[in-house]
Amino acid sequence: MLRTILSRLLQTVVVVFLLVTFTFFAIHAMPGDPFADAKATSPEEKAALEAYYGLDKPLPVQYFNWWKNVISNNDFGDSIAMKGRKVSTLISESFPVSLKLGLLSLVMGISLGIPLGIIAALYHNQMLDYLAMIIAMAGICVVAFVLGPIFQINIAKPLTSLNVAGWDRPADIILPAITLCFGVAAYLARLTRGGMLDVLSQDYIRSARAKGVPPLKIITRHALRPALMPAVTFLGPAFAAIITGSFVVENIFLVPGMGQHFVLGVTSKDYNLVLGLVLFYGILMGIANLLSDLVLIFMDPKLRTS
Amino acid sequence: MNTSVQSPQNGVKVIEKGTSLWADAFVRLKKNRLSMLGGIIVIAILFACFILGPVLGWLGFSATEQDLTNRFANPLSDNGLFGTDQLGRDLLMRVLEGGQISLLVAIMATVMTVTIGIIYGGIAGYIGGRLGNVMMRIVDGLLAMPFLIIVILFRELISGHVDEMARFLIDSWGWSTDLVLRYSNLVPLTFAIAGFGWLTMGRIVRTAAASLTKQEFVEAARSLGLSHARILFRHILPNMLGPVIIYATLTIPSFILYEATLSFIGLGIEPPNSSWGTLIKEGANYLETETTVLLIPAVLFSLTLFAFNFLGDGLRDALDPKASKD
Amino acid sequence: MISLKKLIPLSQKMGHISVVRIIGFIVFGLSFLLTSCRRQSNIEEANDAGILIIGNSNEPKGLDPHLVSGVLESNIIRALFEGLCVEDPAIDGKALPGVAMKWTPNKEFTEWTFDLNPEAKWSDGEDVTAHDFVFSYKRMLSPDPNWPAQYSEMLYFLKNAQEYNKGKITDFAQVGAKAVDKHTLLLTLRGPIPYLPELTKHYTWYPVPEHIVLKHGKINTAFSSQWTRPGNLVSNGPFQLKTWTTNHKIEVERNPHYWDAETVSLNGIRYLPVKNYYTETRMYGDEQLHLTYTVPSELIPFAKENYGSQLRQENYVGVRFLRVNTLREPFTNPKVRRAFALAIDQQAICEKILQGGQKPASGIVPPFGEYKPPAIIQFDPVKAKELLAESGYESTSAFPDITILTTDSETGRREAEALQAMWKEHLGINVRIIQREWTTYLQKQYDADYDLCAGGWIGDYLDPTTFLEMWITDGGNNNTGWGSETFEEYLHEAENTADVSQRMATLAKAEETLLDDTPVLPIYWYTTTYLIRPEVKNWHPLLLNNHPFKFVKIEKD
Repeated sequence: MLRTILSRLLQTVVVVFLLVTFTFFAIHAMPGDPFADAKATSPEEKAALEAYYGLDKPLPVQYFNWWKNVISNNDFGDSIAMKGRKVSTLISESFPVSLKLGLLSLVMGISLGIPLGIIAALYHNQMLDYLAMIIAMAGICVVAFVLGPIFQINIAKPLTSLNVAGWDRPADIILPAITLCFGVAAYLARLTRGGMLDVLSQDYIRSARAKGVPPLKIITRHALRPALMPAVTFLGPAFAAIITGSFVVENIFLVPGMGQHFVLGVTSKDYNLVLGLVLFYGILMGIANLLSDLVLIFMDPKLRTS
Repeated sequence: MNTSVQSPQNGVKVIEKGTSLWADAFVRLKKNRLSMLGGIIVIAILFACFILGPVLGWLGFSATEQDLTNRFANPLSDNGLFGTDQLGRDLLMRVLEGGQISLLVAIMATVMTVTIGIIYGGIAGYIGGRLGNVMMRIVDGLLAMPFLIIVILFRELISGHVDEMARFLIDSWGWSTDLVLRYSNLVPLTFAIAGFGWLTMGRIVRTAAASLTKQEFVEAARSLGLSHARILFRHILPNMLGPVIIYATLTIPSFILYEATLSFIGLGIEPPNSSWGTLIKEGANYLETETTVLLIPAVLFSLTLFAFNFLGDGLRDALDPKASKD
Repeated sequence: MISLKKLIPLSQKMGHISVVRIIGFIVFGLSFLLTSCRRQSNIEEANDAGILIIGNSNEPKGLDPHLVSGVLESNIIRALFEGLCVEDPAIDGKALPGVAMKWTPNKEFTEWTFDLNPEAKWSDGEDVTAHDFVFSYKRMLSPDPNWPAQYSEMLYFLKNAQEYNKGKITDFAQVGAKAVDKHTLLLTLRGPIPYLPELTKHYTWYPVPEHIVLKHGKINTAFSSQWTRPGNLVSNGPFQLKTWTTNHKIEVERNPHYWDAETVSLNGIRYLPVKNYYTETRMYGDEQLHLTYTVPSELIPFAKENYGSQLRQENYVGVRFLRVNTLREPFTNPKVRRAFALAIDQQAICEKILQGGQKPASGIVPPFGEYKPPAIIQFDPVKAKELLAESGYESTSAFPDITILTTDSETGRREAEALQAMWKEHLGINVRIIQREWTTYLQKQYDADYDLCAGGWIGDYLDPTTFLEMWITDGGNNNTGWGSETFEEYLHEAENTADVSQRMATLAKAEETLLDDTPVLPIYWYTTTYLIRPEVKNWHPLLLNNHPFKFVKIEKD
């Protein structure tokens, strides 16, 4: 088991390294000028800015310098788009917000998606199956930038206790989390349904039935655990993705999260911001994958021994 | 269909029953009424967008002609079945052409995704070992990249060449400018979506190829001295077709969604053409006052996503060999 | 699946019970949550606390008055800092005493003496002195190649300022800014500028605290300086910085050391970076904002119906136009440019699409004050067609590919679609639309990699030159490749004219020269459209939209 974890960690290191390298050269190949502004920037001013951020050096040197700065100074550098702010400050400000929002919507997604998936599997090809899957999929078939405004107009406005947007009151997290949770719920419902159908057709379930084990016990004791394995595998990457990929929801609900940094960083060619975020995201994803692996090992005795 | 396309563990049974795997699967698919409904809706929408739309266009209806004095005309009036939009354009035509563009982008991107994914994933899975592993780590690395970078990069790399090509078609072959431009500006977007879409497909194919490579029939082929290319393309790839087709069906709706998200950021299709994504985004801005401009494209869009998803799920259930045990 | 059938009865029962129970729990929990935390709306809370909540469009790029150039940054900086003169809350072009108690020009308007208020203090209690101003102008004009101020030309009105900034002279003592004593500032100008007090209201002329700036770096330490961060920032205006969290909010609170603290009525201002304007209007409707940054045109009919007089549509000195790349075929020909200009149905764009009370632009300078703009550009499809025929392009199919570059915004898209349809209808020419995200759009514009490019300009001060000087040959914001000696001669002539009406006449001639050649196609003159709650008092229409927050009050009727 220790060896599995170690090899996982090593793989994460390789992936993160590749990720940063790809991103670095890709974002430098992109068009656009990070210093362009509505008011003209003279060539001298531009040169000054490039020198200031070290962008006047050849690309391989910049690449090397970036790693050097990260490893020896633990520093991601300054943001170019948001002047005077460190990339690490931007991440440490927005990550707790995204983490809170992401965890809540993940919990909501799990508590909606997994029961729906189980119900759908138990009533395979019957009305309840269809109904459960329609509910589960409604969230991804109605895009977030329609769902969000509909919630704002029809729920937040009539209710005094819920605000349309913002991040001041504890209740402000509810609507963005609901909007986000549907995507997770839909995938989880599908995976759980598939896993459950798979398990229920296995021989050991049939023999358990033949021995007269009560149906409820079969589901909770024998079927549920292996049936949830695909869902757990999915949760790792989903967790990392929901934390960083909530741009639309952040934009609509005025949530100061991380997703908008990714979009702003890319569209404004803020090299430092993008690289810092990508490194952070890569590590986060590695941790999330490792966690879901550990849960899998815990759930499946076969994996524990091997 | 090639009847040799049978997963080995089912082979015996299938021959006994005398029905092909596909016929078997279709019987199972028919039992899933929601999937059948999905299939019918998919066909109906494809028909509307790709046949009805062009026919209406040929009859003189236009999706881009504006009438600023006649904005937001009601549906079911003299102004077309669905009325008009914020610039007085025929909403029916815009929805049909938008659907055509959304579906074209998604389908073309899926075809590209499948092709690249099969080749890359197939090779990685077949080779296996350290090299195959490295190939997959590269995929992981790319997969974690912000997809916006890939989208903007591909668009910038390709759009110049596409413009040249379009110019050539218009000047030398005398094709209609409107038509060429409408379809040529899909190409960069399609490439951009396929540029990151193939990664997931590559992973799925690799997993399937890796497990097939360990099977007896592949070893048999090896011991017969067949070339690697022959084993890969004649024996392994055909056997992966099932999961690949299923995943492709599920990829189409997710690509339609990607396109819509890109529209939200402003990286969607070039105006005055529109996709469902841009129509919905524009429509959502009138949520308080004019609901039809949102409602009509959104309903069609959601319906299509539902239909593709249920069809894909149904296909997976039907083709999954394990499900056929009873 | 046979085995499953037997499972179902029990599971059905179980399913129903648990589903009902779970739903019950959720409904109960939610209703408990929603009713128990039912309390005042954000606005009610803020009204009680005397805090104004403003939608401010986006996260500011920074708060250093010397290093920003945007409207939304200026909204915050105006609350934090104060210049020599202050905007009157109701009257355009009137200067009230700020840090300066009084100011006296010489007869030619080339030398101005400002007597500073000895009561003027920084928010840490230090005096604001004439030296702070000189230090600030020296900082803004720093010739250091590493100093990235983009707006230093706003100070070029000072004598020798441009020369110093460009490194032609190295001694700052030669620049026309001197501290005669602690509370007397003497400004010497490059020519007669009767409207100098108007200029000093602009944030580029604001003082920065020398002792704080130097504490966190050198005079020209730019972005790495932490002096504008919360906790460090010291300012001299009616308010001081309280909190600043990225993409979340900026809060300012009363500055206890402000010289005119009695006049200040608000206890604080909260700026929310609401990028999504649809959300902003919805927040306003849900009592979360006193004041919105704008109202998207799609929601204007809705706002009119629901909020009545709370919807304000006011004139604003700004113009929307298309730059034309005069170096590229077919726009090397002025007749083609003019034809494109005359084929724009400006009225339809204003009334049918924008609906914000915008006015068709017959020129580049919006009408204000004593300036009489030459009304040259007016929608005339017949004339447009004639001009096109005269231009020498036999048929429209002989036209090269033409594209219009615009941003990726919704409004940009709709406007471009309307223009595209108009040119097709009136000229028979196909124009393609290219939408690019902000930085790529700007780069293409600065590199002159476009045919037609949508853009706008907002006046920095109330004088036509703010709209005309950008069109000089190779001007940083020109980007059209156009240049004219006659035009520049008129500008130069006006610069040396002290008589106001004569000066305006000369400037009008300059604009006429520009419009005759049409390197830029005017579309409409901006308005500001926003929602404001009735309890916000002392907020009057202002052409520059630079409302002085010190006079704003919240009063329930």
